[in-house]
Amino acid sequence: MSGRWRLAAGGNDLDRSRPIRFEFDGRAYQGLQGDTLAAALLANGVHLVGRSFKYHRPRGIVAAGPEDPNALVTVRRDAARTTPNLNAGQVELYEGLVASSQNRWPSLRFDVGRVNDLLSRFIPSGFYYKTFMWPRTAWHRLYEPRIRAAAGLGMAPAEADPDCYAQRYGHCDVLIVGAGPAGIAAALTAARSGARVLLCDEQPQCGGSVRAERAARIEGKPAAEWLRDAMQELAQAREVTVLSRTTAFAYLPHNMVALSERLTDHLAAPPPGKPRERLWQVRARQVILATGAIERPLVFPGNDLPGVMLAGAARSFLHRHGVLPGNRVALLTAHDESYGTALDLKNAGVDIVGLADLRPRASGALVEAARRAGVPIRAATTAIGTRGNLRISAVGLSALDADGSVSGAPEWVDCDALLVSGGYTPSVHLHSQARGKLRWDGAAQSFVPAAAGQPCRSIGACSGLTGAALAEVFSQAAAAACAALEACGIAARPASFTTSDDMTSGGSWLGALPLPGAMRGGKAFVDWQNDVTAADLALAVREGFRSIEHIKRYTTTGMATDQGKTSNLNALAIAAQQLGRPIPEVGLTTFRMPYLPVGFGGLAGYARGELFAPLRKTPMYDWAAARGAVFEPVAMWQRARYFPQSGEDMHQAVARECQCVRRTCGLFDASTLGKIEVAGPDAVEFMNRMYVNSWNSLQVGRCRYGILLRDDGFVYDDGVVARIAADRLHVTTTTGGAPRVLGMMEDYLQTEWPDLKVWLTSTTEQWAVIAVQGPQARAVLEDLVGQADISAAALPHMAMTRGLVCGVPAMIFRVSFTGELGYEINVPADYGAEVWNAVWQAGQAHGMCAYGTETMHVLRAEKGYIIVGQDTDGTMTPDDAGLGWAVGKSKSEFIGMVSLRKPALRDPDRKQLVGLLTADPRHVLEEGSQIAATPGQRPPMRLVGHVTSSYYSPVLGRSIALAVVSGGRARHGQTLYVPTPRGETAVTVTQPVFYDPKGERLNA
Amino acid sequence: MLVIPCPYCGPRPELEFSYGGQAHVLRPAAATNPDPAGWNAFQYERANTRGLHAERWRHVHGCARFFNVIRDTTTDEVLRSYRSGEK
Repeated sequence: MSGRWRLAAGGNDLDRSRPIRFEFDGRAYQGLQGDTLAAALLANGVHLVGRSFKYHRPRGIVAAGPEDPNALVTVRRDAARTTPNLNAGQVELYEGLVASSQNRWPSLRFDVGRVNDLLSRFIPSGFYYKTFMWPRTAWHRLYEPRIRAAAGLGMAPAEADPDCYAQRYGHCDVLIVGAGPAGIAAALTAARSGARVLLCDEQPQCGGSVRAERAARIEGKPAAEWLRDAMQELAQAREVTVLSRTTAFAYLPHNMVALSERLTDHLAAPPPGKPRERLWQVRARQVILATGAIERPLVFPGNDLPGVMLAGAARSFLHRHGVLPGNRVALLTAHDESYGTALDLKNAGVDIVGLADLRPRASGALVEAARRAGVPIRAATTAIGTRGNLRISAVGLSALDADGSVSGAPEWVDCDALLVSGGYTPSVHLHSQARGKLRWDGAAQSFVPAAAGQPCRSIGACSGLTGAALAEVFSQAAAAACAALEACGIAARPASFTTSDDMTSGGSWLGALPLPGAMRGGKAFVDWQNDVTAADLALAVREGFRSIEHIKRYTTTGMATDQGKTSNLNALAIAAQQLGRPIPEVGLTTFRMPYLPVGFGGLAGYARGELFAPLRKTPMYDWAAARGAVFEPVAMWQRARYFPQSGEDMHQAVARECQCVRRTCGLFDASTLGKIEVAGPDAVEFMNRMYVNSWNSLQVGRCRYGILLRDDGFVYDDGVVARIAADRLHVTTTTGGAPRVLGMMEDYLQTEWPDLKVWLTSTTEQWAVIAVQGPQARAVLEDLVGQADISAAALPHMAMTRGLVCGVPAMIFRVSFTGELGYEINVPADYGAEVWNAVWQAGQAHGMCAYGTETMHVLRAEKGYIIVGQDTDGTMTPDDAGLGWAVGKSKSEFIGMVSLRKPALRDPDRKQLVGLLTADPRHVLEEGSQIAATPGQRPPMRLVGHVTSSYYSPVLGRSIALAVVSGGRARHGQTLYVPTPRGETAVTVTQPVFYDPKGERLNA
Repeated sequence: MLVIPCPYCGPRPELEFSYGGQAHVLRPAAATNPDPAGWNAFQYERANTRGLHAERWRHVHGCARFFNVIRDTTTDEVLRSYRSGEK
């Protein structure tokens, strides 16, 4: 297409000395420094930038800012740095920028998906609720994959995001969102009073509508000059921070506002290591919202052709980038500002082929100026359609009758661009996110902020002052800033700003434009991005939807990435008309965060990779890693799972480790066990109330297996508890349960029994725990232990003593989670590696091996020791787990005691812990398998339990399993059945103890 | 993110705290032989208040103390906070 699209001079945002080469859909173009991608494409005569979501209709640039519903592009730096769904009006041009259009195949100009537009009669709104129903089996194989492939616009990159992202907190007296005339005036007022101010704006340069101002003078200066001086004053003010390229996207409780600052996306070569974005969480004492207003498109058939653009966008492109939307331009409007746009374009040499105004009459300085300049004005005129294929070539204009209807034949006016305006919608998003109320302003035909939900104020266009005189905006802004400062307790110095040569404007149109009664067909789009037409909304109402929230969800209007910024009010007006109710009665849909899409990278910030979660390592980690241990994560700990020797797989390594522990001895790192020291004169009484056991009889130097319930009577945690002094207990918990057990103890101590004199301290990381287990354990340790007697007589099973191990002060516990003679040596964590190594060296003469958690699991299962969370699931009582013996019989209080009295918790048919043995000793059941009492059932089966733990036991030479089975203890000896997709396995119910049931090895 | 006034430490950001559910739910002592309905109410029945709600918070990444907060559930406004055992 030939034509002149860029003026030789002008363009407030441009640096004309710096041409920039860029690429769009594989074609090279040239733009200028200061262009957005949208401006640069228009400067090259390119309007067609994408295909629509559903019908694949050609779409052009509609708006100049991030509210544009059409101009979504993918920007690619490399395979990983590829960002889909960016708004061309927000993408700043840099040398070598590579962008491409979306949702088209094989090319933007020829797109096969366009066939959807021809089939549109069969895919109305909500079609997916009515189709794809039959046959049922086709859903997974045919419909869903096809729909998934068709859905969405851009493609996310498959590679990990290589960039880094920063996050920081901000604190200020006043946060001002939006640096247009109102925001800047408020910032100047607050700054001059010495307040701590944070001013942010989503654009690369502050100024907002001032940047596209044509004639007005502020403080006696041309607007552009005033803007420069104002920003300089703010930059020099000590307590003021100005953030450009920064979108306030969420207004959170207690006056916290989330900002997304884009740091490097506009640079041709981002400096390595510099964060790409910074997420600000700003806590402001007062917030001033100056977020402006968004121009509304008009709803008429064919309103989505490339070349149809918002009038205000055209004015912005003209004044900021020296770019013309076309050479033969028509306008269709209900707002005075369009007359100024027509005038400016005419002055720039554009042929204005007509300005149609929907209103019967328009007046005011702008209208008169346009009329005097010879802009061909048609009052009371509407558009009934457009012509053109990939670009508008003509618009059909029809006169409106006195009653607002259309009867006459249209006149087709040739044009290469059609500028439209239905007036302005105040951007009340953040006010609403802050739970502020809205009020319908009948005169302005818009919702405007009413009572604020948090300490915030709206000023300028977002408060309803659209098209108002700058003087009015400035005085409102200054007053709001003073009020905000006063609320902060800061003495305000009121500021005033003089203006001249300013023109006001007004006008509004809501809903669809009238059409001739006989006219059918032609799509009048309301929501460009989700392809929702006026007819779709009418259909939703015909089908019975009454609530605007339901109409929104059924038609998907306003549910695309732009969240209906240009469409919501038109959709509401159409729905209201169809429902025959006034707009304020129908009401608005909820404004939700984010205001604009925010990348995951910024939200994740530093919390990724190694910094995603803390990694906890025991003092023996390096030793294990050096010996090739395979680790598994357990509650953020890295635990050695097994120690493979050359060529061993896990199965072989575990078999060797198991045999070694049972024959000689093994060394195990038990440091991750949770440890809580319960100290104080009431420590024993506190434990009496917390745990099911009775602790009064526990002597100093003795240990007991403790069970902790919740108040619902179900097992919460377990562990060995040692009385290490008269007033001091050393409580161990499961590795994963340590923090929540301490939290629960603190809760009951602080809020239920604050009278008890008890102190709780987490000592998990204080102690390194070296478990020496196996028949040779005592022999290994004897030479290493000093000042303590660890003989069988002096230190029997479940006893503890203090002494020295390798010269290091230690607590030595005679405890066992393997069923073998065993010790758990607690030494201060800093000595852990040293003592471990010494024990290891001493153990070599006795055939000692190191073993990991996998072997530990097998050994404990052979003994029927449960693991809370594996063999219990939060619905097991102590009796269910076979631990009823531990519950103190004559206690007056423990957590869960009342619940255990419930009949349901005493039912003999409850699931109880049992052992299972398969007929085939090599067959290892799958953990989680269900258990049936009768064989050969078909679904739905009657099931009586499930497998909780299942291993191959190398020592027993056969598989073993623990399970919970309804009335399981009465079923010992019975045959049950484990049905799996590969067939049914018969199992025999046994005691859950498979090895050394008399405990002779334990007590050796 | 809320700002929560810890009665011991002063106002702190929400991420230093953990939520502890409705406040002033009385736990019947086992020795009083609570009837099943009363025990059930303690365990499971909560107010789900719209408006002013007394709730427990714990300054878990601070002083670790439990305390009570009066919060308006419709606005998230925190009216006051006070120590456990106080009203």
